[in-house]
Amino acid sequence: MLGNLDYTTLQQIWWLLVSVVGSLFVFLLFVQGGQSMLFTLAHNDEEKALMINSLGRKWEMTFTTLVLFGGALFAAFPKFYATSFGGAYWVWMCILFTFIVQAVAYEYRKKPDNFLGSWAYEFFLFINGTVGVLLIGAAVATFFSGAAFALNEYNQVTWQTSARGLEAATNLFNLSFGLFLVFLARTLGGMYLLNNIDHVALNARCRRSVLINFLWMLPFLFFVLISLVTMEGFAVNPETLEVFMEKGKYLHNLLAMPLLLVLLLAGLGLVIYAVVATSFQGSTKGIWFAGLGTVFTALAIFLTAGYNYTAFYPSYADLQSSLTIYNASSSKYTLTAMTYVALGIPFVLAYVAYIWRLMDNKKLTVEELNEGENSHEMY
Amino acid sequence: MIEQLDLSQVNWARAQFALTAMYHWLFVPLTLGLSFLVAFFESIYVKTGNEDWKRITKFWMTLFGINFAIGVATGIIMEFEFGTNWSNYSWMVGDIFGAPLAIEGIFAFFLEATFFAIMFFGWDRVSKKFHLFSTWMVAVGSNLSALWILVANAWMQYPVGMAFNPDTARFEMQNFWEVALSPYAISKFTHATSSSFLLASLFVMGISCWYLLKGRHQLMAKRSIAVAAVFGFLSASYCGLTGDEAAYSVAQKQPMKLAAMEGLYKGETNAGVVALGIINSEKQPGDEQRDFIFSVRVPVVLSLLANRELGSFVPGIDDLVFGNEEQGITSVASRMERGRMAIKYLAAYKEARDNNHEMAADRALQQFTLYQDDMGYGHLRSPADAAPPVATTFYAFHIMVALGTLFPLVFLVALYFLYKGNLEKQRLFQLIGLLCIPLSYIASQAGWVVAEVGRQPWAIQGLLPVHIANTNLTTGTVQTTFFIFLGLFTMLLIAEIKIMLKQIQIGPEEG
Ligand code: HDD
Ligand code: HEM
Ligand code: HEM
Repeated sequence: MLGNLDYTTLQQIWWLLVSVVGSLFVFLLFVQGGQSMLFTLAHNDEEKALMINSLGRKWEMTFTTLVLFGGALFAAFPKFYATSFGGAYWVWMCILFTFIVQAVAYEYRKKPDNFLGSWAYEFFLFINGTVGVLLIGAAVATFFSGAAFALNEYNQVTWQTSARGLEAATNLFNLSFGLFLVFLARTLGGMYLLNNIDHVALNARCRRSVLINFLWMLPFLFFVLISLVTMEGFAVNPETLEVFMEKGKYLHNLLAMPLLLVLLLAGLGLVIYAVVATSFQGSTKGIWFAGLGTVFTALAIFLTAGYNYTAFYPSYADLQSSLTIYNASSSKYTLTAMTYVALGIPFVLAYVAYIWRLMDNKKLTVEELNEGENSHEMY
Repeated sequence: MIEQLDLSQVNWARAQFALTAMYHWLFVPLTLGLSFLVAFFESIYVKTGNEDWKRITKFWMTLFGINFAIGVATGIIMEFEFGTNWSNYSWMVGDIFGAPLAIEGIFAFFLEATFFAIMFFGWDRVSKKFHLFSTWMVAVGSNLSALWILVANAWMQYPVGMAFNPDTARFEMQNFWEVALSPYAISKFTHATSSSFLLASLFVMGISCWYLLKGRHQLMAKRSIAVAAVFGFLSASYCGLTGDEAAYSVAQKQPMKLAAMEGLYKGETNAGVVALGIINSEKQPGDEQRDFIFSVRVPVVLSLLANRELGSFVPGIDDLVFGNEEQGITSVASRMERGRMAIKYLAAYKEARDNNHEMAADRALQQFTLYQDDMGYGHLRSPADAAPPVATTFYAFHIMVALGTLFPLVFLVALYFLYKGNLEKQRLFQLIGLLCIPLSYIASQAGWVVAEVGRQPWAIQGLLPVHIANTNLTTGTVQTTFFIFLGLFTMLLIAEIKIMLKQIQIGPEEG
């Protein structure tokens, strides 16, 4: 069955799968968005505890999705895994540091004798929610703006700058992409908390934060979108497989794959609808629409980067070193084997969704924090 | 030509990998074992309905959570470190090695992460039965993650199910099942998990012993010990069996590692094991110095353990480095020679192909296939490079085995006192129980030192030495991240230990 798929199809399937995981990760960044508002949304310790406990039931999902994103890239596009993680060393290290400190922060913040004090753990959450997300955005933006690497004939990577990837955050396009992601995450975070917590004052502040962060997001979003459709892109010649610069490449991609254009517009539309419903119609369900919208938008962006003879991880330092989904992938055998494995993904999604509903059918309240059966385990 | 990088950079990268892996492994074995122990406690609670067992469950669960968080924190760096610090490795073998990591993410980590939320916050949100089910799922998930990462690691020790593709100049998978079900993977998985169950049982028993010493929470302590001692005794026995199996795998697939584990320089047909010994640190392969300054030996046994056959030949380091014609062992020098030929013909093949000289390409390829099995050796600089650090491997192995022999006895004694009903009076035993906690961690870390130091200089046994597996970074960069990790992980470890000790001091809720 799957054994009959040809190599090109498999490569495209795997770019799709990696993109889906990446897009789900972008949606799940609502956890980071929430963390970044810890010091502004909560006005006292009780509200802070509500926020942290609400986010604390989801952070592992985001984290694990990031891990899976790494693992899936390793298995399906090992040349990207090697080139980007080894090449853009400092960006990835900095991102990882913020996730390392996040992972202990929830559990340790409130425990007695925690060595660093609650404040430090809250600060870890904040750093992860701001710097971490910004750098992820900047790193993803290099899918379009390119990176400074060269590969030798044995595919060993050399990087042209000593900043090893951190230079990405100095490019206006990358930076805007990063800030766009930060404000998107905060918008989603506000909607999630609104949906998950039952607390009048906090809910009102969440509602306001959704609108404010959305408005902050807009200029960066516009800048990113306009740059994207006007910029020179890294195109691949289908015959010679040579990489060359093409004016308006990403616009051409969207026009050549109208489905992506539809996804992008529908995605943005859903996010806007969710913001309007949250801010002006008193809805608490915005997170679902905005979440779906985010997944659509991110998917359109990832797929634009990889499909239609485009180099998804381009090098501006050495054009011909650029990675495409065809030259960076695993062998046909491995992709086939992994496609069988991927048949398990819907099953995983199903139980995750089931448990999520089971845990969230009651909103989190102050009473539960202080007197519930689980109060001993609360963060 | 494949670039060979500055050696000190490689050593810093190794140090960083060792540091992060050893930190990760400080927390992983407790997760693997304690998750099952908590599931046992909770099962007893659900079966009996006795609230005491619920308090016991919740107490150990709290400690589990504290340990789990830092296990996850130290794990994420491992996932990406192959790319950041071993990028050439990642490209050369990613086709095979990436798959288990991805499978681990899909099937194991999500199981853990999802059911963890119920285990901790679901007491009043789901039914008792479903809560118990979730606790079991966390245990299964953790151990599944061990399975897949150990499949990956076992493949590095004994690469199977793949072939070198000269066109892409990397190794590619040929048979997924050979990789997943490799006997080496199975012996690694059974040994690493059973040793972790053992470690967690000693952890539970040790802390309970502390309560007995202090005269606190006696009932809960004795109940915990009863469960831990049974589980621990079974695990410890199984750990010994699988350890023997692991040693057999090593003897068959990595004879050089086995020779280092035993400090054996000259191969013998009736080889004995060194029960106790001090290695002569001056000794180099091939010289005439004595190997041990002092040693106590048990004759003949090694041949039996290594080959399951009395009187069989066990090669020593000298045989493996310099060759032994009688036993059909090729010297490293001649394998290096062949390896260099392989590298030369591969380059010739690539060049001819790039210039569309089909005839020349075919010829080069034919030559290449004659030598390709030894290609990895072509990167070594001198034959002695092929031997790992002997003393480290030897001591680590002997510490592990000595402790592995001791632990089952400790559990037996605990069971005996429980049977007699006078455990709370046995001060000496309680002290020993407490002392066994650090010892179990030492044994567990020592195990990885054997496995990983013993396979040097290879990242992939026989195929890819570490110094061409790494990323082209400056020494300063790797040093910087090394010290950041050292500082960061040490800080988090201190926090973890303080929190843990405080929770132990607070103890379970009293009913
Ligand atoms: C509490 C921990 C513990 C204890 C008591 C033992 N082991 Fe162990 N051992 C481990 C914990 C461990 C480990 C950390 O889990 C390792 C590292 C790699 C692996 O798969 O398991 C390991 C590896 C390891 C290896 C190396 C395998 C390789 O290179 O891949 C051998 C030969 C043994 N063990 C043999 C033994 C023997 C004969 C024991 C005596 C009873 C023993 N171990 C007890
Ligand atoms: C978790 C417990 C582990 C410990 C304590 C450990 C320990 C070490 C040590 C001490 C080294 C350095 C050896 C030396 O250079 O002398 C090393 C290297 C390495 N280990 Fe492990 N290791 C562990 C698990 C793993 C696993 C599960 C894998 C693979 C899946 C792995 C892959 C590697 C690699 C790629 C290197 C670097 C290359 C090399 O030096 O061989 N390790 N490890
Ligand atoms: C170099 C090899 C390794 C890599 C790449 C790795 C990767 C990871 C990652 C990414 C996590 C966090 C998962 C999450 O999102 O929840 C993690 C946690 C974990 N890993 Fe590792 N790991 C390695 C070695 C090992 C080994 C050797 C074992 C067991 C034999 C193991 C068992 C676990 C377990 C049980 C957890 C759960 C968290 C905890 O222990 O507290 N890992 N690992």
